[in-house]
Amino acid sequence: MQLTSHQFKTRSREKLADVNLQGALKKLQGNFVKGRSDRVAELENFPAIRDAAADIRARTLANLDVYLEEFERNATARGATVHWAENAAEVNRIVCELAAKYAVKKAVKSKSMVSEECALNDALEAVGVEVVETDLGEYILQLAKEPPSHIVAPVVHKIKDEVSDLFAAKHGLPRKTGIPELCKEARDMLRGHFVSADMGISGANFIVAETGSTMIVTNEGNGRMVTTLPRVHVAITGIEKVVPTLEDLSTLIRLLPRHATGQTISNYVSVTTGPQRDGDTDGPQHFHIILLDGGRTKLLGGDMQDMLRCIRCGACMNHCPVYQSVGGHAYGWVYPGPMGSILTPMYVGLENARDLPNASTLCNQCGVVCPVKIPLPDLMRKLRERQFEQGLKPRRETWGLAAWRWAAQRPRIYATLTKTAARVLAAMGSSDRLIHKLPFGGGWTSGRDMPAPTGLRGKTFRELYQARRTVKS
Amino acid sequence: MRCRPGSICRRSGSSRVSAREAILGRIRTSLRRADGDGAAERVRAHIDAHAVSPRPHITGDLIAQFRDNAVRLLSTIAEVPHVRDVPATAAAYLRAYNLPMRAVCWKALRLLDWVNNGILMEERPARATDMVGVTEVFCAIAETGTLMTLSGEHTPPVSSLLPETHIAVLRTSQIVPSMEEAWQRLRYTVGEMPRAVNFISGPSRTADIEQTLTLGAHGPYRVHIILVSEGDSRV
Repeated sequence: MQLTSHQFKTRSREKLADVNLQGALKKLQGNFVKGRSDRVAELENFPAIRDAAADIRARTLANLDVYLEEFERNATARGATVHWAENAAEVNRIVCELAAKYAVKKAVKSKSMVSEECALNDALEAVGVEVVETDLGEYILQLAKEPPSHIVAPVVHKIKDEVSDLFAAKHGLPRKTGIPELCKEARDMLRGHFVSADMGISGANFIVAETGSTMIVTNEGNGRMVTTLPRVHVAITGIEKVVPTLEDLSTLIRLLPRHATGQTISNYVSVTTGPQRDGDTDGPQHFHIILLDGGRTKLLGGDMQDMLRCIRCGACMNHCPVYQSVGGHAYGWVYPGPMGSILTPMYVGLENARDLPNASTLCNQCGVVCPVKIPLPDLMRKLRERQFEQGLKPRRETWGLAAWRWAAQRPRIYATLTKTAARVLAAMGSSDRLIHKLPFGGGWTSGRDMPAPTGLRGKTFRELYQARRTVKS
Repeated sequence: MRCRPGSICRRSGSSRVSAREAILGRIRTSLRRADGDGAAERVRAHIDAHAVSPRPHITGDLIAQFRDNAVRLLSTIAEVPHVRDVPATAAAYLRAYNLPMRAVCWKALRLLDWVNNGILMEERPARATDMVGVTEVFCAIAETGTLMTLSGEHTPPVSSLLPETHIAVLRTSQIVPSMEEAWQRLRYTVGEMPRAVNFISGPSRTADIEQTLTLGAHGPYRVHIILVSEGDSRV
């Protein structure tokens, strides 16, 4: 996916003015936020379950090499082929080679954010393979040539009428206006692709070390189709997705759909282990699993390691006041919201996504709802510190902080400066004792007023404190 | 890097090994892993223990909980005392919904008396054009109202996926509290992981357009569970 994170501010302004998007984002809050809260309330021992889930993820990461080798051994023993990819380009190369090896003309895909990281569809199309996205949302986006704006509900930014127009134009059938009719039309179009595709490409929500299995959840059933019907199945996932046992998988499945869509369980939880067995009448003859690093090892062993616990439920973005206002496209890459504000700079470079760690009020809604207890605001704050250390902050901010540091270390000068500032601010207050416009602070005062310091001449904190002490004594 | 048409996308065996070794090497360095630090033994012990984490307490009437949760996820349920009652119940359901009286089923169900109940039944895996698929299940989960099926020679997963209507025959004795018990049952009764384990919780659905729930996205529009109490001492 094309990286446009450096345009965060411009894009945000556009998105705030987009009426359709604002309506869609309101709905998302209603459904996903309320859904999560209702489903979590049903679990009487939710805190213990959440602790266990965080612990499973943390324990696995602390022994990641051993679990990956265990996974590889068990997957290979059951007939799957495990590939390792350093980066997106290697993933694309491996998939293209497999397509050539098995003479693949058409590939059907279920939703995979890792394949979005790789821009896999472009790579396959470049070697002449037809790629069809089969998740309804992703299919709509593929027709519209747009990137997803949410990791769970990728087409949340589009309204029904846009889909009606798009289908009418692309399918060449009479324009449908009802949502069930639109879904039926997509079902009919995609059914033909499922049965004629040579390769199925999926992601994996988790991979299981104990059995060498890959697991995906879908509601539509396209995940089952993609992993069952074509003669080749390629599962692509990040190295951090491994879990030790089927019991551990059960714990995580208990939390993932609840936090993602407000469901107790997704409609289809599919655990696949190796290719077709002797006697099987369906299932792929060849099963390949690609494990992608793509920047993940950079997070290991340091102060960002907690981020690798992420199970991609999307709860952090659903609850984020910034995401709720600007939507996913403003973030400019695969992963939006708080998790994306950490993953994007870590995967593509802090210098390419400067605004993202700052696109948060650090209100900690995200940290509170994270099912695996990732301290998201702490991690964003650490990235801000790194930005400062690496000189990636805007010059005005760096200079401002340097000037403040200089003054703060010199108490007399600091007292004089603050005294002057308080007097000036007091004088700037209009008759309602509010400052409506602040030099260098236009971003702040354009949305709200700043109260002027009290007292006719304006007093500093130190002066007020001194005055109180004098009165008391 | 992209593979271009006509160009050679060649990957030598050695580069595959090197990506693997490079990634594992970086992980070991980052985690400050030393040989003989006991990680392999700890991992082995954790896997072999199959420890169950805290989870909801599912006690009491499992059948009632299964029924409530399955209905909540929009499956429909009919209850019969004997397996021999299944064809008549299935026929009544198909008639009630005005569905074709023609279906495919798994091998274990082929000897039931379908024909005298007006159903033209074929024992074979479903194709994309079949309208009704009848299957058994491996077990079912009370906590969520979920069916668990295993792939195999006589239990093709396509039959619960491709038809517009899926009828599942479930014995009450197959209902377990949670997914954890389902895995235990799989370990003890089958031993080996089948190619596909499918957990099914109601009809296929999507809410991708305007967050509006619509049934029958790619899989069945309807999941009808026929619950058989025969041979269950709990009932």
